[in-house]
Amino acid sequence: VNSHVHAETSPPQEVSRLKPADNSATSRHVPGEPGLWVLIFGDLVLFGALFTTFLVYRGHSPALFTRSQRALDVDLGVVNTLLLLASSLFVAIGVRGVRRRNRQLAPWMFTVALCCGAGFGFDKYLEYSDKVEHGITPATDTFYMFYYVLTGLHMLHVLLGMGVLAFLAAQARSTHIDVRRFAYIEGGACFWHLVDLLWIVLFPLLYLVRS
Amino acid sequence: VWSSILRDRLLLVWLALVAATVLSWGLGTGSSSPPHITASVLILVVAFVKVRLIGAHFMELRQAPLFLKTLFDLYCLILCLTLIGVFVAV
Repeated sequence: VNSHVHAETSPPQEVSRLKPADNSATSRHVPGEPGLWVLIFGDLVLFGALFTTFLVYRGHSPALFTRSQRALDVDLGVVNTLLLLASSLFVAIGVRGVRRRNRQLAPWMFTVALCCGAGFGFDKYLEYSDKVEHGITPATDTFYMFYYVLTGLHMLHVLLGMGVLAFLAAQARSTHIDVRRFAYIEGGACFWHLVDLLWIVLFPLLYLVRS
Repeated sequence: VWSSILRDRLLLVWLALVAATVLSWGLGTGSSSPPHITASVLILVVAFVKVRLIGAHFMELRQAPLFLKTLFDLYCLILCLTLIGVFVAV
């Protein structure tokens, strides 16, 4: 109760602490919680190692990888990239909305981003079911083993991220957003951007890079 | 809100990301005959430019402590060079 009253009676301090961008030269600020960045970099390193392993295997049997890659639907991959890019923009606008105390805009932005994530999932469902219908499974060849492992791991992140976006939409509706709650929102937003940027590398690597 | 979106150039960054996606799409599906080494290396470079844009502007690492910002930039640079190196050499 005390901290609530304190925050209510001193809004200028609270607002300024939610706005790192306005005095960027004097107060550099870790988005979200520092611990979250350990998780984010752990994920980045894990996917980096998987991407490198994929290219090593590709180098050993380029003809097989090129042949198998041709069966992928590049257009669906591009649509998925655009969906995630749009969702990231909505999330970034949502965070600015929370910072500016705009309680109408932010929950909407997070919800629209969540819908983009659902669209990505639907596209992936179409893609997987088409592959399985044609008898293409992880056991088909090395390329498809990587295809299912990499896109499957990424899809897990998308599902987790959609849960995070639902949490953000609920938090952004709150009438009292203190520094800690704002750190949760910023951290959740960064997790969603991570989902986006992993796909940004995964998509060209699987669908576009050829020798 | 809209003034902070304009100041942070969010829409401009997003348009650059979409344009880069279309560029990679063209490079990856163009009807040129093999080898596609140059196009593929370019596609990888474009991908990491996009990753860095997302980190700097959407994750707001531009305003993060230098250690975090530098670590992210180093990750982008090292992974990009590793992937290109493996793709070209193996």
